[in-house]
Amino acid sequence: MADVVTTIPTVFGLQIRSRAGRRLLRHRGALVGGFLIVFFVLLAAAAPLFATHDPLATDWLAVRKAPSLAHWMGTDEIGRDVYSRLIWGTRTSLLAGVISVAFALSVGVPLGVLSGYFGGWTDTVISRCNEALLSCPFLILAIAFAAFLGPSLTNAMIAIGLSAAPIFVRLARGQTMVVKSEEYVDGARAVGLAHPRILWRYILPNIFPPLLVQATLTIATAIIAEASLSFLGLGQQPPSPSWGSMLSIAKNFLIQAPWMSVWPGVGIFLVVFGFNLLGDGLRDALDPRGD
Amino acid sequence: MLAYFLRRLMAVVPTVVLVSMFVFALQQMLPGDPALALAGEERDPESIAYIREKYHLNEPIWIQYGYWIGKVLQGDLGISLRTNIPVTELLAQKLPVTIQLALMAIAIALLIGVPMGVLSALKRGTPLDWFANVTALSGLSIPNFWLGILLILLVSVQLGWLPASGYESPFDDLAQNLKTMIMPAFVLGTSIAATMMRHTRSAMLEVLKSDYVRTARAKGVRERGVIMRHAFRNALIPVVTIGTLQLGELLAGAVLTEQVFTIPGFGKQIVDAVFNRDYAVVQGVVLCSSVAFIGLNLAADMAYFVLNPRIRV
Repeated sequence: MADVVTTIPTVFGLQIRSRAGRRLLRHRGALVGGFLIVFFVLLAAAAPLFATHDPLATDWLAVRKAPSLAHWMGTDEIGRDVYSRLIWGTRTSLLAGVISVAFALSVGVPLGVLSGYFGGWTDTVISRCNEALLSCPFLILAIAFAAFLGPSLTNAMIAIGLSAAPIFVRLARGQTMVVKSEEYVDGARAVGLAHPRILWRYILPNIFPPLLVQATLTIATAIIAEASLSFLGLGQQPPSPSWGSMLSIAKNFLIQAPWMSVWPGVGIFLVVFGFNLLGDGLRDALDPRGD
Repeated sequence: MLAYFLRRLMAVVPTVVLVSMFVFALQQMLPGDPALALAGEERDPESIAYIREKYHLNEPIWIQYGYWIGKVLQGDLGISLRTNIPVTELLAQKLPVTIQLALMAIAIALLIGVPMGVLSALKRGTPLDWFANVTALSGLSIPNFWLGILLILLVSVQLGWLPASGYESPFDDLAQNLKTMIMPAFVLGTSIAATMMRHTRSAMLEVLKSDYVRTARAKGVRERGVIMRHAFRNALIPVVTIGTLQLGELLAGAVLTEQVFTIPGFGKQIVDAVFNRDYAVVQGVVLCSSVAFIGLNLAADMAYFVLNPRIRV
């Protein structure tokens, strides 16, 4: 009996995943998004290879120089190479996006699953607190957390993660409520499996697809949020490079050095565009109506 | 309708109470002794003892919350440590500027997003649909502070058409006010326009597949009439709801836009307060924007109730 109960969702899950995989590979938007993400991940991973200068090295003889063969994207207000800072800034943005979403998932999913699975008072308490957090606009909440925790990249990631967690609580709760009424979960309960095992074996794998879509889209939001916090001076602190802080400085030199304002924004736009395309593609591919 | 409204109003009360608890708890996140953080540079023992006494920091936390919420309910959000002005007064000065910016942004978003969404749905699968979708996704992916910087470079620095920053009250000089606000409003409205376009498109596609649209066509109603009278009117219902909810997001988006264009609004207030370690102002902004957001959610619910007769049955 226990064997029957364990095989049904797994086999069904595999079928869904393989079909979804084929649909994803046929989705042009998702492919372009995936390509952009892989490109930026490679750039971040091999930053020392791609950068032509030390991103922190100042050159007082090359202050605010326009793009040239020596400095492909020009230099900033203290003679640092914009191209090299842009390459190293990719690391900050991607790390901030991925880590803050991982943090949001690790806080939000367990709470959402517990809330949806057990119901009753557990659900009431978690849902009410979650609604209160969802009532605060995302960026204002992130700014408030960053302000009270203190300005640093780590605190910005915690702030973004905490602000994004309520979305995952709500999604995981809703999905758990759907999955827990499925026959295979009833079967698992009937054969006397303990709650932790049911949650781990049957609930989590089956609520994973919508969480994956939301996580991909939230990475895009988190990258913009990190750039926004750094732009406001609440994220990555100088002199370490980050796209947001580069734009914050560039804003003061719009007339003297316009090239400083262009490339970091292009970087943010392309990487966020990539995650949004992939997220949309994943949503289409994992939608059962797609067949 | 009144019963529905009262039921929804009662449902938001616990949320507002929890929000207030959360905003109060923010102060507890301050690293180290909150009295030292609140004292700022005035760190002599007398000032710190005064702050402990004033904010009841020697009392248990729930009693501190009791004192704080009691004052908040009387409209007292504390005094700004830097300017010595009551936070409520400070916010009342800044809020109209942000509300004007938000309303202009939502108007621009509606003007761009809704027609684009309708066209995209009507021309599904054509290059126009593809272009509209890519534009919408780009609107969602572009950081609004960068778009603001690019527009300043192009429109203000290169072309000299509009001022790059500053603010003029509409009561002093309306033309100048519009000149200073149109570019920030456009920047703020871009991502909302993208969201509206996507929602309008999917709502239109859904409605165009419905039986009553097919019936209208079968009865010989002209295509223009089918689209405007039958499809568009019904597709607008979710768009109105989304639009109301987006007003709350605009409050957050205004933080960056006001920073880029140096507009003295609600958003710039929170950033200045953060850097001045003016925690009472930060708490005030978070509390006000959350309550506004809850109010807008309620308004969206009501709008949906009024527009969608099926809920009323």
